[in-house]
Parts: sequence; C-alpha cells; structure tokens
Amino acid sequence: MSTSVDVTLSVNGERVARRVEARRHLVDFLRLDLGLTGTHTGCEHGVCGACTVRVDGVIVRGCLVLAASLDGATVETIEGLTESGEIADLQTAFVERNAAQCGFCTPAMLLTAADLLSAAARDGAVPSREAIREHIAGNYCRCTGYHAIVDAIETVATARAGKGRS
Amino acid sequence: MSNVSKIGDRVHRKEDRRFLTGTGRYVDDLQLSRCTHAHFLRSPHAHARIKGIDTSKAAASAGVVAVFTGKDTADAKVGGLICGWVVKDKHGVPHKAPGHPAIALDTVRHVGDTVAMVIADTAANARDAADKIEVDYEVLPAIVDLTKALSAGAPQVHSDVPGNLCYDWELGDKAAVDAAFAKAAHVTKIDVVNNRLIPNAMEPRAAAAEYDRGTGNYTLHTTSQNPHVTRLVLSAFVLGIPEHKLRVIAPDVGGGFGSKIFIYAEETLCVWAAGKVGRSIKWTADRSESFMTDAHGRDHVTHAEIAMDKDGKFTGFRIDTIANMGAYLSTFATAVPTYLYGTLLAGQYTTPAIHVNVRAAFTHTTPVDAYRGAGRPEATYLVESIVSKAAREIGVDPAELRKRNFIAPTAFPYQTPVALTYDSGNYVPIIDEAMKLSDYAGFGARQSAAKAKGKLRGIGISSYIEACGLAPSAVVGSLGAGVGQWESAQLRFNPTGNVQVLTGSHSHGQGHETTFAQIVSDKLGVPMDQIEVVHGDTSQVPFGMGTYGSRSLAVGGSAIMKAADKIIAKGKKIAAHLMEAAEADIVFENGTFKVSGTDKNVPLAQAVFAAYVPHNYPIDKVEPGMDENAFYDPSNFTYPSGTQICEVEIDPDTGVVEIVHFVAVDDFGNIVNPMVVEGQVHGGIAQGVGQALMEAAAYDNATGQLLSGSYMDYTMPRADDLPSFTLGYKTTPCPHNPLGVKGCGEAGAIAAPAAVMNAVRDALAQVGAQDRIEMPATPQRVWAAINAR
Repeated sequence: MSTSVDVTLSVNGERVARRVEARRHLVDFLRLDLGLTGTHTGCEHGVCGACTVRVDGVIVRGCLVLAASLDGATVETIEGLTESGEIADLQTAFVERNAAQCGFCTPAMLLTAADLLSAAARDGAVPSREAIREHIAGNYCRCTGYHAIVDAIETVATARAGKGRS
Repeated sequence: MSNVSKIGDRVHRKEDRRFLTGTGRYVDDLQLSRCTHAHFLRSPHAHARIKGIDTSKAAASAGVVAVFTGKDTADAKVGGLICGWVVKDKHGVPHKAPGHPAIALDTVRHVGDTVAMVIADTAANARDAADKIEVDYEVLPAIVDLTKALSAGAPQVHSDVPGNLCYDWELGDKAAVDAAFAKAAHVTKIDVVNNRLIPNAMEPRAAAAEYDRGTGNYTLHTTSQNPHVTRLVLSAFVLGIPEHKLRVIAPDVGGGFGSKIFIYAEETLCVWAAGKVGRSIKWTADRSESFMTDAHGRDHVTHAEIAMDKDGKFTGFRIDTIANMGAYLSTFATAVPTYLYGTLLAGQYTTPAIHVNVRAAFTHTTPVDAYRGAGRPEATYLVESIVSKAAREIGVDPAELRKRNFIAPTAFPYQTPVALTYDSGNYVPIIDEAMKLSDYAGFGARQSAAKAKGKLRGIGISSYIEACGLAPSAVVGSLGAGVGQWESAQLRFNPTGNVQVLTGSHSHGQGHETTFAQIVSDKLGVPMDQIEVVHGDTSQVPFGMGTYGSRSLAVGGSAIMKAADKIIAKGKKIAAHLMEAAEADIVFENGTFKVSGTDKNVPLAQAVFAAYVPHNYPIDKVEPGMDENAFYDPSNFTYPSGTQICEVEIDPDTGVVEIVHFVAVDDFGNIVNPMVVEGQVHGGIAQGVGQALMEAAAYDNATGQLLSGSYMDYTMPRADDLPSFTLGYKTTPCPHNPLGVKGCGEAGAIAAPAAVMNAVRDALAQVGAQDRIEMPATPQRVWAAINAR
C-alpha cells in the first residue's frame, strides 16, 4: 500500500542506509528503526518541541520531517551531541541548576539551547534572559517553570563568552 | 574523601545523567520481542447509542492480530473501572457509582470514550485498521455545561443516576453559620469558576503488556505514579489476575501531576488482551488521546459568602459548589471536591463557623480527578479571592485583613470547624517576608508610574494552607478511602557495604533518587555513591501506595527513617559483640558504632560485612543479614503553608497581562534538598499561572466536542510567558514525622491562581472591572472586562 523509499544519510556521524515507508517521520525513524530513544515524541503536531533534532546544522521538529526526505542529510541527536562532547558544559550546568525534572523534554531542550549558544558564539554576544526565554519558547516543559533552564543556559553563555575573550 | 551528604545540602541529582544524555528509559522506549501494537477507536460523539459495530473489514486489514469490542470484554467478564473512595452524601447514602466499562457497551458518554481495540503488528497498521471499523451511532443530546447539568430536563448521562447527581455532600455547622450571618457587620459575596484543566504531562500515557504462556505471569510496564495500586486494582477489581501473577513496572515516567495516579481503560485492556492473544502489546497515547482521555482537573462553579464583624474578623463562611465528575468516576474523583476541598476552606484563618455544600454532577465530558493540588487549589482560590474582595469592600489593606484573621502561632494544634487539626505553622512572619521581598510598601509608587504610562498595575496576595502527606490510614478509611495510606521502605545492604533503598513512592520528576539517598546518607553515614534508590517495580519493592498529595517525603521518607533506625538497632547488637561491650554502651555517630567513652569503634560497613559473613557473630541474638523493612503510617496530615504575592501590569489597549514580579514564601517544614524544592515551587507556580492566565479545557455546549483538544487550542505556559520567581522560606518543622517535613510538590499550583487573579482584579479595580473577570484571564477576556458596558 504505502510506498517505500531508499535513503542514505549520516546519523551522529555514522552512515545509515535504510528503506523507509514514505509516511515514516524522522522521530519514528530514529526511535523505532535506529533505536535512538533519546529523542521523544510529545505531540506529533510540531508544537511541543520534544522531538527536536538537528538536520544539516539546523534544529527541526522530528515529527514534522519525513525520513524519506533526508537522503544525503546529516542528522544529529542527543546521543550524538553527548558523544561528541559538544554540549558537555551545558549538561553540567543543567545538573548544577536542577534544570531537568522528569527529563522527558530535556534532550530536546538541550538541542534548542545548544542552537542558541552557537548562534550567540557566532555573534560574540551573551543572550539576555529574555532572549533565552524567547529562543526556548518552542519547547514545552511542564515541570520546571523554565526558571532553572534559563539560569543554566545563561551560565553557559556567560562562561563560553568569557573563554572566547581570554 | 567519601561523599556523605547531609539533610539540607544542595546535592546534585543522581538521576540527571541519564535524562541529560538521552538514556532515560520511558515506557515507549521499551523494545519487546514479537511485540504487537494497540490502537483504540474512540467516540467522535459526546453522547450516542451504539446501534451496531462491524469490525469485519478491520479484522481482515493488513497485519491485524485481533479486534475487540465492548461485547468481547463483557463476555470475558472484564470488570468495570472503579472509583476507590466512597463519599457518603448528607443523608449518609453512598455516592452514585454508575458502570464504567473499559470499552463502551451500547452507549458512549464523552468524546474519546473507548469503542474498540485493534491489535496489529505495527502501530500504523492498527490505526489503519481502526479506520475501517464501521460504527452505527444514534447521536443523543449531550450535557457539558456544568451549571446546567443538575437542572431539570438536562440530558441524562447515566440512566441509573437521576438528575446527573453523583452526591450532595456537606460539611460544617450550618446553624452556626446562619447565626453568624444574622449578626454580621458586613457580608462579602462572590461567584467563582474554577476552570477545567488538562494536566498534560509531557510524556503521554503508555502501556506495554507481556504475557508469559509458560508461567501464566503478566507484566505491565506503564506510566504510573503508583504501580502497586495499579496492580491491586487490576487484580482485585478489574481483571481478576492474582496479584502475585501480575508485575507492574513504572520505569522513568515523564511527569504525572496526578494524571498518572489513575487506572485507565487502555492500560487495563493491554494487560487483558496480552493474555488473549498471547503476545506482547504496546500502546502509547498520541497527544489527542491525552487531551481526550487523561483525567482532567478542577472544574468547579461556586457561590460563597463570608460574614465579618465590625473589626473585619471573619465570623462565618458559607460555600455552595457544583463539581464536575465528567462522564464516569475516575479512580479517586469523589474525594477531590469533598475531603480534599471542603476540609481546607478554613484557610489560614480563625473563621469559627464554616458550612460547605458540594453537589457533584455527571456530564458528557472526560472524567475529572486529582490534578496537582487536587481540591486544595480550588479551596485556596475561593478563600483567597473572597478575602481580597472583602478587604476591598471594607477598605482594609488585604495583607492587614489576612493578619487580623490568621491563626496565632500559639494556637497549634488548631482544630478547624471543617474537620482538620492543623499541626503547626506561623503565618505572620511568612506574609511579612513575602511583603518585604515584593516591596509591597513601594507598590503605590509603581502603580502610579504605570498609570502615567497608561498601564494598569495590580498586586495580589494568596496565603494558602494545604493538607499533605496523605494520610493516617484510619482517618482516610473512616472518610471512605478504599486503601491504607502508609508507605513502605526497605534498606537492603550488600555484603560489600553499599545499599539499595527500596521505596513505595514513585519518582516522575521529583528527584527521589537523590533526596531519599540523602536521607540515608545523613542518617547512616553511607556515601551517596554507595546508595541506590529503587522504585517503581512491584517485584522489587515490597509494597507502595505511590506518589501523590505531596506525600513522598513526609510518608515515604519517614518509612526510610524507620528502616534506618532498625539497621542501627541491629548494627548495635553486632558491634557490641565485635567490641565485646554491652549493647547499652554502643552509640552510633557518623556512620560508626562506638563504645561510649572509649575510642573503640566498628564502622557500619564492618557490621554489615559481619552480618553476611557471620563467623564471629552474636548468632544466638540476631539473624544474619542486614536487610530491614519498615512501614510508616502517619499520625496526621502535614500542613505546608505560605504566601505568594504577584504583581501584574495590564495593557488596557490589548488586555495582555504581564507578570512583573512573583514572590513565594513557603513553610515546608525541614528541607532535605533546597535545590529540588526550588524546582518543585517553580513548576507549581508555572502551572498555577497557567490556570490563571492561559489554560482552559473548553467544550462546545451544542455538540459536546472538546474544543481545546490540541496544543494549538490548549495554551500552556511557554518560557516567554513566565517571569523568574523570587522564593523565600520560613520553617516550622512538622511535629509528628521523624524528618519534620511537610511536602512541597503542590504548593505553587495551589496558591498561584489566587495570587495572579487578585493582582489582575486589583489592576482592573482602577477601571471598575474587578468583578468582571474569571480564569483564565486571557487578553480577550481582560479587554472585554475593561470595555464592558
């Protein structure tokens, strides 16, 4: 009934070749076909942000992207960012500030925060708390009230800017 | 250096590593072999008769293993879902308990009611097949408007519940209240709606059920706050699987807020059907299903009046509430608007006479049950709204009126006129601290400055009380609870000195793996990295009543303390033997047994080793092994209290409410981990602000359709909707549990709606619109209130 499509892509630095159903979303492809369960499904309609992953350097909603569209793409998830050490300081800041409670939104929140931090590094600026809030406003968290998350991101942005200057 | 932690330290959470690296294990992450997937066909109508169901095309659809309807579950004698709390009405008659089949038999009663279950090799095939089921519905009139549900002529939800009335309940001395009103110098009246909310834990509910043909054992992995209670209900009431043949595992659970306490149709059906088809079955709710089938919260309509003497002392309080039960009774639905609401209506005040009448109504809506705070937010919103309104009417500052009526710190234990005995508290220092942190004194100048810019500024106070730590089993039993409400703990040392702490509480964001380890580390001197907290598995933990009502630390933590005391007591006997001293001379300090007055000592780890390798051991006095079990049944509820002060600025041109400052000062008794407590308060406030300004479950009165059925329609607070919060603490330790703790999980959500709305009303009072606004105070509603003629 449904058509399948052959795709070859890079996931967390590994070459992956699969035949996927045309209707397979990226988040289901990661979770069900590759066993990368760090990315979560929260609403399936692109609003909660729990499925945020990075495709070709840009954060996207894994529930709004079809795996079949990703031939040749580079996909990075929480597992990959953890492995590479790219967000180690952010993860530490989240622990120090208790910025995760139930943990369900957390991997996606980290990807969104990492996106802001890279943009800030390019601009050579430390984002204000308002700018941090605005940037992570696409990621629902029902546990923390966001305060601790904003603190953690602000801490890392300030620390990274300090390192950049020295 | 060993990393022994103390109670009161800001210890980083042990559980964070897995959550931050994507290695948390939630139910939907499980990969079971030969697993099938369930999809539930749901009613598109609020009320309809099922005249026929044709499942033949679905059964023949690709990958389908089985299709079940209500007839199948009825034939298999699957029991209905139960309500575990019997509320007796004002005449002593138990509440009406209409049937609640897991799959509807011949009538559907809310949008989302379960009509059929399809099991297939993939979730997509199950969904495709469900689309092929043909249901012949005769659509019937529906009632979703709570204010009309009890009126004559309203559509009937259940034929055996006349007038949709589940119960008509009262508490308090009506005659004494009438007498107080007859003598009142002033009476303030209020009508409030406590808006219906949808809990929306970020992880949707999920179930993965396994059946082992060889042993006949069932395993249910599920998103539960209380896996043992789930097992008990499924075994004893619904499925009849013997308790010892059913294992329930609640692994990492992505938030609950009450909604994962209850025993739902889907989890039940997955277990039953796993046995029928002999294969594992997995189901994860999509967000639409969460909106339609997770138990909703709140949903009260209330009229209340408060009587005062000439000095502004409250003399009488009468309350008339209608509470929505939804279409069926959820697991603890009946208790929420009665014993968790009516008993809290004294607030922090000495009001001597209170009478509350609550009528609970069935409607063609999703069942309503406990959601963060459960009854206590409804009570606090009412009490704190009417107190601020009274202050405005008699021209007294709202902080001053509160102080005039607070229960004095010397009056504890304090018996309220609505059944509870408050154990401890000291309310004036709390409100004083909140006023200081919010610069209450400087508000007038800020309001004037805002006015000069064309903005309306307002400040609002909410002084809450809650009853937590549920609860003395005998008390809740006398009030109708079907279960005891103790908690269990087991400290299981291994020969090498590390320890597993098994707890019947369940953590789904609260950080128990850290705070409970902190208690053990402090009490027994065991390093944090030598302690593992185990929860959420009925095959590992002896038993548990689970996590709700801010009870985990006060009750579960106390059970851990009791088990630790048993470890010390046993260790003393072993140490006395090893040091050839009298047991009476042994003291335990910093993880070491010492002979008092000497330098002889035996570290706990050495006593533990001796217990497992009992070569030189007092074998005639104590058994080998170091593994102690304790059950703790509290002697009273705990009574956290506090004051929140919210300051808002309203743009009258757009109706947008901006929270410019939010202060919360709480008395949670002793605090084990201040960092974790801050997080609980922040999160609670966020949900309370959500209720006040944004969130509402809306139904269409004509069709009964859920209008707020997705995140595009139901507005939860995002990061840019909220301010940062200023917190403070005052401490009066709980006098009756060994930790002196009161609980902190719900306070934010309990107090915040009134703080925000009192601030909104205060702002709107500048244009005379203070009585024209209800929650959620959306921009449209605020603008309409300002511009009403």
